[in-house]
Amino acid sequence: MHISLFITCYNDTLFPRTGRAVVAVLERLGHTVEFRQAQTCCGQMHYNTGYQAEAMPLMRHFLEVFRDDETICIPSSSCVAMIRDHYPKMAAASDDPAVSRAVDKLLPRVFEFSELLVDKLGVTDVGAFFPHSVTLHPSCHSLRSLHLGDKPERLLKEVRGLTLIDLPEATECCGFGGTFAIKNVEVSAAMLSDKLRCVLGTRAEICTAADNSCLMHIAGGLSRQRTGIRCLHLAEILASTEAGEVS
Amino acid sequence: MSIRVGEAATAPDFPVAAKKLVSNAQIRQNVRRATDVIRNKRARVVEEVEDWEQLRQAGHEIKEHVLRHLDFYLQQFEAACTRAGGVVHWASDADEANRIIVDLVRAQEATEVIKVKTMTSDEIRLNPALQAAGITPYETDLADLIVQLGEDQPSHIVVPALHRNRMEIRRIFSEKMNLPELGYRPEDLTDAARAYLREKFLRVPVAISGGNFAIAETGSVCVVESEGNARMCLSLPRVLITLVGIEKIIPRFRDLEVFLQLLPRSATGERMNPYNSIWTGVSPGSGPREFHVVLLDNGRTNVLADDLSRETLDCIRCGACLNACPVYRQTGGHAYGSVYAGPIGAILTPQLQAMQHSHSLPYASSLCGACYEVCPVKINIPEILVHLRGRVVEENHAPLLEKLAMKAAGYVLETPERLSLAQKAIRIAQVPFTHDGVIRRLPGMLAGWTSVRDLAPVPKQSFREWWAKRQKEPRL
Repeated sequence: MHISLFITCYNDTLFPRTGRAVVAVLERLGHTVEFRQAQTCCGQMHYNTGYQAEAMPLMRHFLEVFRDDETICIPSSSCVAMIRDHYPKMAAASDDPAVSRAVDKLLPRVFEFSELLVDKLGVTDVGAFFPHSVTLHPSCHSLRSLHLGDKPERLLKEVRGLTLIDLPEATECCGFGGTFAIKNVEVSAAMLSDKLRCVLGTRAEICTAADNSCLMHIAGGLSRQRTGIRCLHLAEILASTEAGEVS
Repeated sequence: MSIRVGEAATAPDFPVAAKKLVSNAQIRQNVRRATDVIRNKRARVVEEVEDWEQLRQAGHEIKEHVLRHLDFYLQQFEAACTRAGGVVHWASDADEANRIIVDLVRAQEATEVIKVKTMTSDEIRLNPALQAAGITPYETDLADLIVQLGEDQPSHIVVPALHRNRMEIRRIFSEKMNLPELGYRPEDLTDAARAYLREKFLRVPVAISGGNFAIAETGSVCVVESEGNARMCLSLPRVLITLVGIEKIIPRFRDLEVFLQLLPRSATGERMNPYNSIWTGVSPGSGPREFHVVLLDNGRTNVLADDLSRETLDCIRCGACLNACPVYRQTGGHAYGSVYAGPIGAILTPQLQAMQHSHSLPYASSLCGACYEVCPVKINIPEILVHLRGRVVEENHAPLLEKLAMKAAGYVLETPERLSLAQKAIRIAQVPFTHDGVIRRLPGMLAGWTSVRDLAPVPKQSFREWWAKRQKEPRL
C-alpha cells in the first residue's frame, strides 16, 4: 500500500525519531511511504487555544497538501482528533462548500498510526523486538476521542522481549493539555505528579503512548525528578528490532 | 440588567485561585477522597443500566427540544401552575428575583426563612439580600448548613461541603451550635444537625427551595434529595417560595422517567434518591397554604442565544463532570470563583455573564474529555470550552503576549519554508539554555514549562531534513 505521512509539526521539529520509526515499521511491512514536504501543521494548538481564525488557513493548507492521498498516517492521536472532531465544524464555519466537501473526502482517509496498523493493514505483529518493561499511558485523545481501545496494547503484546505492565489510573489525564500546561501551570503540575506516581509505581523502564505531546510532558517530569525512566512513542518501540532502536 | 453569578465578576482568575488551593494539602485530600467515593459508586450503578446510552440520548434530546421551544413551555408551566393555585413570578435578573422574594417574605411579616436545595439562590446572592432586609436565612440542607455555619463558600454542585472533612465539620458545629461536648462520630454530627434544624422546621413560617425539574404539562415542581430536609421545607411552612432557572422546565410528567434515572445515578451513585418530592400548586389542608414560583433568567437567555454552546443549559446539576474532572479534583470548587464549579461551571459562569467576566474559566481544562464521557445529558463540554476560548479571543480578552505568540506561530506554520527556518532558528536559540543535553530553565512565557518540567532540546535534524536527505541518497 502507498501511505502518505502527516508527521505533524510537533514530531517533525521535536521528535523526528518517531517519524523515522513510522517509516521503518511501514516499510518493513512492505508498504511504500511518502512525506509531502509542503505539509506543516493541522492547526490544533491555535484552535484549542481559541485562535480559530488562525487555524483556518492551516486547515486549508492541510486539505490542499493531502488532497489526492488515499491513505494518510498520523502518529499523533491529538492531531487526528483535531481533524476528525474539529475540521467538520471549521468547514461549516468557513461557509465554503468546497471546503466542506474536501473535509468529507478527507476524513475516511485519515488514520492514527495504531489504527492504520490494526484496522486498515490488519497486523498486530510488526516483527518488533524490544527487551524492556513498558507501561502504556493511553492518552485522553486516544481513549475518548479516537476510541483506540486496546489497539496499542495489542501491538505491544506482540513485541518479542517486551513486558507490558498495567498503568494504574491509566485513563487520567497527564495534565499536558497544550497551552494548559503553561497557562495553568500549578494544576498541570499537580496532575503530572499524580501521573508520575503511577508510572513510577509500575517500575517499568519505559513509558509509551500514541501521542508525543503527553510523552513530552511526562518525560519532562520524569527527567526533572531524575528518575532515569524514558518515554518513547509507540512507533519507536514497534520499529525496534534485534539490531536495536531506530536511530 | 444586573446579571450576577455569585461573586464571579470580581473573583480572582482561575490560575491565581488554583495556586493557593493546590498547596492546601487538607483540601486536596478531602476533595480527592470524596470524589473518589462518588465516582466509584457512580461507575457501579451506571454500568448496571443496560440502556444507559439511550437514556443519555433521550435526556439530551428532551432538553434540546425544551430549549428550542422554551417560550411555549414556560407559558404552559405558568398556566398549569396558576390553575393549581400557585403564583408564578418572572425575574429577568438577580436583583429582580431578590426583590420579589424579599417582598414575598415581608408580606408574611416573617423575619426568618428556611432554605433548601437552591444553588440558584447563591447565584443571585439571595442571602445577603434577605439579611439586608432584616430577614435571617437558615440553610437546612446538611451540606449547605455546614457551609453557612462555617462562613464558607460551596465547592461542589451536589456536595457543597465536599472540601470539609468530619473533624472540620465537628469543629464548626461545636462552635456555632455551642456544643462543646459534641462527639466526632457521624451519628453525633447528624444528631446535632437534626436537633438544630428540627426546631427551625417547626417554627419558621416561610421556606425557599430550588427545583430540579419544573413540569410544563402539570405545573408541578420536583426536588430530589437524600436527607428529608427538603421534604420538611416543602411541607411544614405556611408559605413556600421556589426559585428555578428557566432552563429547568421539562415538557411532560412522564419525562421524569428519564431524568429520575439519570440524575441520582450520576449525582450520588444511587439508583434512586431517598426522597423524591413532586408537588403541584397548593392542596387545601395539606402542605403550604401559599406557593410561589420565581422563574429566573439572569443571563440564561444569553446562553440560549449562542447555538454553538446553548446545550450548556441542558445541565441537570448532577456534578458528575466535577467528580470526573482531573482539574477540579486537584483544586476543589473554590478555584472557579463561582457557585458553579468544575467543567460545567467553566462553561456556564462566563456565558451567564455574557462573556464579560470569568475569562480564565474556559481555559481551566486540559480538554481531556472525562466530563463529556460522564455527562448524563451529553453536553459536549470540551467542545464548548474551545468555542468559548474562541469568544474570549475574538472579544479581545486574551493576553497580548499570547496573541502575538499565536499570530507569529500561525505565520510560521503557514508554509513549510517558514517552518524549516523556524526549526533552524530554535536550534540556535536553545543553545544557551541547554546544559548536558537538557533544558532546565527557559525565559518568558516558556518559563511556565520549565518551572516544573525539563525539556529535551530540539534535535539537530528535523524529520523533513532527514527525509529530504534520504530522498537524495541512492536506494537499493
